Amino acid sequence: MILDSKIPAGPLAEKWEKHKFNLKLVNPANKRKYDVIVVGSGLAGASAAASLAELGYNVKVFTYHDSPRRAHSIAAQGGINAAKNYQNDGDSIHRLFYDTIKGGDYRAREGNVYRLAQVSVDIIDQCVAQGVPFAREYGGLLSNRSFGGAQVSRTFYARGQTGQQLLLGAYSAMNRQIAAGKVKLYTRCEMLDLVVADGKAKGIITRNLITGAIESHAGHAVLLCTGGYGNVYYLSTNAMMCNVTATWRAHKRGALFGNPSFTQIHPTCIPVSGDYQSKLTLMSESLRNDGRVWVPMKAGDNRLPTDIPEEERDYFLERKYPSFGNLVPRDVASRNAKYVCDEGRGVGNTKLAVYLDFADAIKRDTEAVVKAKYGNLFDMYQQITGENPYKTPMRIYPAVHYTMGGLWVDYNLMTTVPGCYALGEANFSDHGANRLGASALMQGLADGYFVIPYTLGDYLASTGAGKLSTDTPEFKEALDGVQKRIAKLLTMKGEKTVDELHRKLGLTIWDYCGMSRTEEGLKKAKAIVADIKKEFETNVKVLGGNEEMNQSLEKALRLADFIELGALMIQDALDRNESCGGHFREEYQTPEGEALRDDDNFAYVSAYEYTGDNQAPVLHKEVLQFENVKLTQRSYK
Amino acid sequence: MNTMNLTLKIWRQPNAKAKGEMKSYKISGINDHMSFLEMLDVLNEDLQKKNEDPVVFDHDCREGICGSCSLVINGRPHGPQQTTTCQLHMRSFKDGDTIYIEPWRAKAFPVIKDLMVDRSAFDRIQHSGGYVSVNTGSAQDANNLPIGKEIADEAFNSATCIGCGACVAACKNASAMLFVSAKISQLAMLPQGQAERKKRAESMVAQMDAEGFGACTNTGACSAECPKEISMANIAMMNREYLGAKLTSEAV
Ligand SMILES: Cc1cc2nc3c(=O)[nH]c(=O)nc-3n(C[C@H](O)[C@H](O)[C@H](O)COP(=O)(O)OP(=O)(O)OC[C@H]3O[C@@H](n4cnc5c(N)ncnc54)[C@H](O)[C@@H]3O)c2cc1C
Ligand code: FES
Repeated sequence: MILDSKIPAGPLAEKWEKHKFNLKLVNPANKRKYDVIVVGSGLAGASAAASLAELGYNVKVFTYHDSPRRAHSIAAQGGINAAKNYQNDGDSIHRLFYDTIKGGDYRAREGNVYRLAQVSVDIIDQCVAQGVPFAREYGGLLSNRSFGGAQVSRTFYARGQTGQQLLLGAYSAMNRQIAAGKVKLYTRCEMLDLVVADGKAKGIITRNLITGAIESHAGHAVLLCTGGYGNVYYLSTNAMMCNVTATWRAHKRGALFGNPSFTQIHPTCIPVSGDYQSKLTLMSESLRNDGRVWVPMKAGDNRLPTDIPEEERDYFLERKYPSFGNLVPRDVASRNAKYVCDEGRGVGNTKLAVYLDFADAIKRDTEAVVKAKYGNLFDMYQQITGENPYKTPMRIYPAVHYTMGGLWVDYNLMTTVPGCYALGEANFSDHGANRLGASALMQGLADGYFVIPYTLGDYLASTGAGKLSTDTPEFKEALDGVQKRIAKLLTMKGEKTVDELHRKLGLTIWDYCGMSRTEEGLKKAKAIVADIKKEFETNVKVLGGNEEMNQSLEKALRLADFIELGALMIQDALDRNESCGGHFREEYQTPEGEALRDDDNFAYVSAYEYTGDNQAPVLHKEVLQFENVKLTQRSYK
Repeated sequence: MNTMNLTLKIWRQPNAKAKGEMKSYKISGINDHMSFLEMLDVLNEDLQKKNEDPVVFDHDCREGICGSCSLVINGRPHGPQQTTTCQLHMRSFKDGDTIYIEPWRAKAFPVIKDLMVDRSAFDRIQHSGGYVSVNTGSAQDANNLPIGKEIADEAFNSATCIGCGACVAACKNASAMLFVSAKISQLAMLPQGQAERKKRAESMVAQMDAEGFGACTNTGACSAECPKEISMANIAMMNREYLGAKLTSEAV
């Protein structure tokens, strides 16, 4: 198989314009003859569904949530980037492009990233027109803030609820199309398989979560907008139901999976407090502007933080990175917190935390100033931990936050299964080995509002609006397969609950394929995951039946796919004998302990082909071409 | 860290048609750092070990923003604090407490199973007019439309509704006025919402009535229980919008 990214030829800044002109169009009167299936109603799915319906296509939207508004995009806090240069501080499309490529540690495609930067400006216009209440200045114009990895102020925000406001905007646009009869919405309905016939995506198999009905839906194209897979780690900042099933099932039907091991670990999360922990809460990165990160010098120091004198504290980020200090990028901050905890110098009950101390900021600026900047975050911290961060330092620890990996897609966002597309966090496309803050919202909306409405038409125009039917052997085979999977889980009557096994999987991936990876550890993890798979397949306990609301069954179906994905992540991390972005292999570091890329041998996208249950996947490489940026080694000393 | 033993009285109802009942469960070793939903996770693990059906409840983000979680705890939507159930922690309870846990109760929110209800009526109200009609690609430059900070902030306050339905659960008439008014006010305040202002108020109110929500008698229980503190001023504004629309519109 040769991977063709379909990046148009020509100068970077002209590629998208030219490509749009070369794409085939579907005649306005013919659009109503096409049915498009959109799975997912987050930023990517809702924006795509609304835009395609406005064009005239018939759209069916599926979500396992009870309302599209509950998609995980709702939880994004910080903001969305756009190269508007409203602040006149030197921003430009080229600069946003450059920052994103560099931030991704040179493992993303130039062409895609440039297009993302180009359409970023249209996103803000569109959202404002919908009534999204972005933060404004007194003069009535839009306000910006700066974010990690950039030296300009280009992040648009809506208090600490940017994701909520953007999603409600896209949701409202989709609602308008529901009212117009162009979008049909299926809530509490989970996609459990992709149907492929004649080498093309033809539809999906779903389970109605209330009645258990297994149903077939046919479409001329299928768009997977199903979010990220951070919950493979069990504990993450993702919502509880986020899962990999839709993309994993597409993978098993022929879609290659790109860079599965590229995950982002966010340094400032509230630490785990006990075994019962169900999820982790992110604290905005902006806290590192004023908080100082430290641990005690001595291992096993159990004194209260306020009793530890200055000279017995180790401000390890300031010590190791004098010029960036507490503001080093996410991956560097995370990894160093892990190292000091590994040395036994972690703090709190579990010893898996470091302090983030505001005492100096309060002394310097007064408590009132600190409160004005971070009041809501301090309140949230206190609500969750019961501790007052004005009086005692916060405890923080890194947590899984975002997955850069996902289905491999070409420039048109099409997977290797013709007619099956992946948008938003579900694809691997634009963030390389590390995503910059405020760029995921941008990418999800770019894909949905401004890319897919053009690129989908090209495929539809060339395949034609043939008659759709679910009465085919391929639909029947997929539907039977889903029913068998469910029956097997319900009749197993094993000993282990789904959560028990999921926790075990999560801990394994976290320990060996998380912040820091080694060949030895990964090999060990491979064996553990194989055991978990066996245990799941023979000893899982799922009570109740199919024909009812059954949350244990839902979780079991998702866990089955997470386990297989976990194995692939480990395989990918083992294969990549270099360190880059969020992928840190201890064997490959500079003498100063920084990530050591190997551009000669690894400047490629890893795309895996599924070859069968318990069979080794086949690795395909898409070599990345850099014609516009010079590859440099990151340094934050 | 304190641990506690609790008695839980939980509404169990196998499906929409079945008759439900309160059932009693003893649970021990609950630590005060747990969130309320983590306490229920512990109960569900215990139940499954004993081969009993776990309790079904809606939840997802566990960060107070998605609006999924929805329990009436000791008679109050989202429990004793003005926050979402997922943000409630066990330190709000003490050893030996008996806690009553029930679903939202409203005709327009039928029970699906146990503590999970169907809130799709809220979505249908939004479909009826909770938007600005602007196609993708037809927007002008965002800064061509300055909006005073005060208005932007007020509109934002209305826009923070998470659609959880606590307002309906708190109201003795199961009225949805706070929810509906938040959207109507947000768009009525902003210049983008002007063109469809009257039609929106009329359609959304008509859909709200069709869904079977009750009338508003201005007791303010909704706003007092709202985890996002959506203000009663929205309801006053919506009433003005609706009356104004009815008096002058050619529509509906
Ligand atoms: C706490 C937090 C804060 C963040 N803050 C920021 C930020 O400030 N800025 C930024 O740019 N990014 C941020 N991110 C990242 C960003 O929010 C996400 O990457 C982005 O919102 C993903 O959008 P999406 O549309 O791809 O997927 P989602 O919003 O996750 O939507 C997935 C949709 O797919 C549906 N779905 C999934 N599988 C199935 C299935 N099998 N069947 C049916 N439906 C299915 C779900 O129901 C849902 O509707 C943050 C992430 C987290 C966790
Ligand atoms: S679970 Fe999302 S608001 Fe409570």
